[in-house]
Amino acid sequence: MSWLIKSSIGRKFVQSISGLFLVLFLLFHMSMNLVLIFSYDAYNFIANEILGANWWAIIGTGVIALGFVVHIIYAIILTLQNRKARGSDRYASASKTPVAWSSKNMFVLGVFILLFLIVHLYQFWYNMQFKELLQLPGAREDSAQLVTEVLSNGWVLAIYIVAFAALWLHLTHGFWSALQTVGWNNTKWMKRIKVIGNIFATIICLGFMIVAIAVHFGFSNLLG
Amino acid sequence: MDKNINIKLRIWRQKGPKEKGGFENYELQNVSQGSSFLEMLDILNEKLINEGKDPVVFDHDCREGICGMCSLYINGHPHGPDEDVTTCQLHMRKFNDGDTITVEPWRSAGFPVIKDLMVDRSAFDKIIQAGGYISVNTGGVPDANAIPIPKEQADMAMDAAACIGCGACVAACKNGSAMLFVSAKVSQFALLPQGRVEAARRAKNMVAKMDELGFGNCTNTGACEVECPKNISISNIARLNREFLKAKFKD
Repeated sequence: MSWLIKSSIGRKFVQSISGLFLVLFLLFHMSMNLVLIFSYDAYNFIANEILGANWWAIIGTGVIALGFVVHIIYAIILTLQNRKARGSDRYASASKTPVAWSSKNMFVLGVFILLFLIVHLYQFWYNMQFKELLQLPGAREDSAQLVTEVLSNGWVLAIYIVAFAALWLHLTHGFWSALQTVGWNNTKWMKRIKVIGNIFATIICLGFMIVAIAVHFGFSNLLG
Repeated sequence: MDKNINIKLRIWRQKGPKEKGGFENYELQNVSQGSSFLEMLDILNEKLINEGKDPVVFDHDCREGICGMCSLYINGHPHGPDEDVTTCQLHMRKFNDGDTITVEPWRSAGFPVIKDLMVDRSAFDKIIQAGGYISVNTGGVPDANAIPIPKEQADMAMDAAACIGCGACVAACKNGSAMLFVSAKVSQFALLPQGRVEAARRAKNMVAKMDELGFGNCTNTGACEVECPKNISISNIARLNREFLKAKFKD
């Protein structure tokens, strides 16, 4: 299996699979957030009983974290290798080849999303699962309440919205690019896969945005 | 109507592979818009030779867009601003009176500069040698129609085989990746029954050679497809990925 690190297509394969795995995680995370709009109690139940400090939730968190680590490490390796392959002499005239902005800036978008992720983990995961696990003081059981507290700040909301926009750009290229890399593409499906990717990215990011905005303006917990 | 134009040229000059290069400015008067870009460079070189200076070195051969010898990164485009043509078929009518035209060699770690605008593209030959062929026994020539091939397959193979190996894909790629070239050369065989026999070995060996020669990892920006003078589709890259992964998982 050394080809997964030694071969260019092998490395791209790992990057694609880890990316697609993280897309599934995002879909789950977005679906879970939608519960906030309807019922805080239901959300707390999911956060404390289904997730929380259960053995399966800890394993799940570990697997997702591993997905992130693999995706980030491979992104760094690929980016460094590609800079080297481009050579030390750069073109003096700027490239006029029309390509999607996101496709050229996946690493930059990724770094931005990672910075957001660190803030986001500190705001929520650290107070919810981490403190409960290590039995530190201040672990929060009322997860929905914590969400409303954090998102009541307008600046936090703005940062979240910008991060979701960056995520959208990352996914619009990432989704179809991942399928292309695993070989699941041809001339006919090229356009379809790009459209499916755009719809998918829009659903995920719109879902996140709607929940954040709804919670900020108090349109949440509608069913009590 | 074509007219004669005056242009300014900003051309990369470099004495040798190890020397430090730089841009030189030249001016040309009364260049016919009906002439090709390479003819314009010929005029410049004649002028330079008459002045006792070193002519600009650039690659060229057939000058009808089928040999893959010409290159040049012109005003931010490999093979210049025109669509689907090589530099030799680029006409001066794509430029206007008073334009400054910047001409650079292909830039990629896999294509080191030999002199001025000429780069060493022998890396592509090495990739072909690693598997871009089918092994055929000598002897009587088999009937061309003995093996039925669906029209669609034959057309796709022909489209892939249109690649002339000029290297514009590598020149356009921000990652210096040769995937479009390698995928076209793998696809032209993978799509036909004669190429299936060695398909797994071919995909593995050509990709291994491509990696060894220092070309980058494809990130699917699609710049190669846009600049390719022969319109090679990036769906070939998906096919190469498929062929390679299939071969590796079978091992």
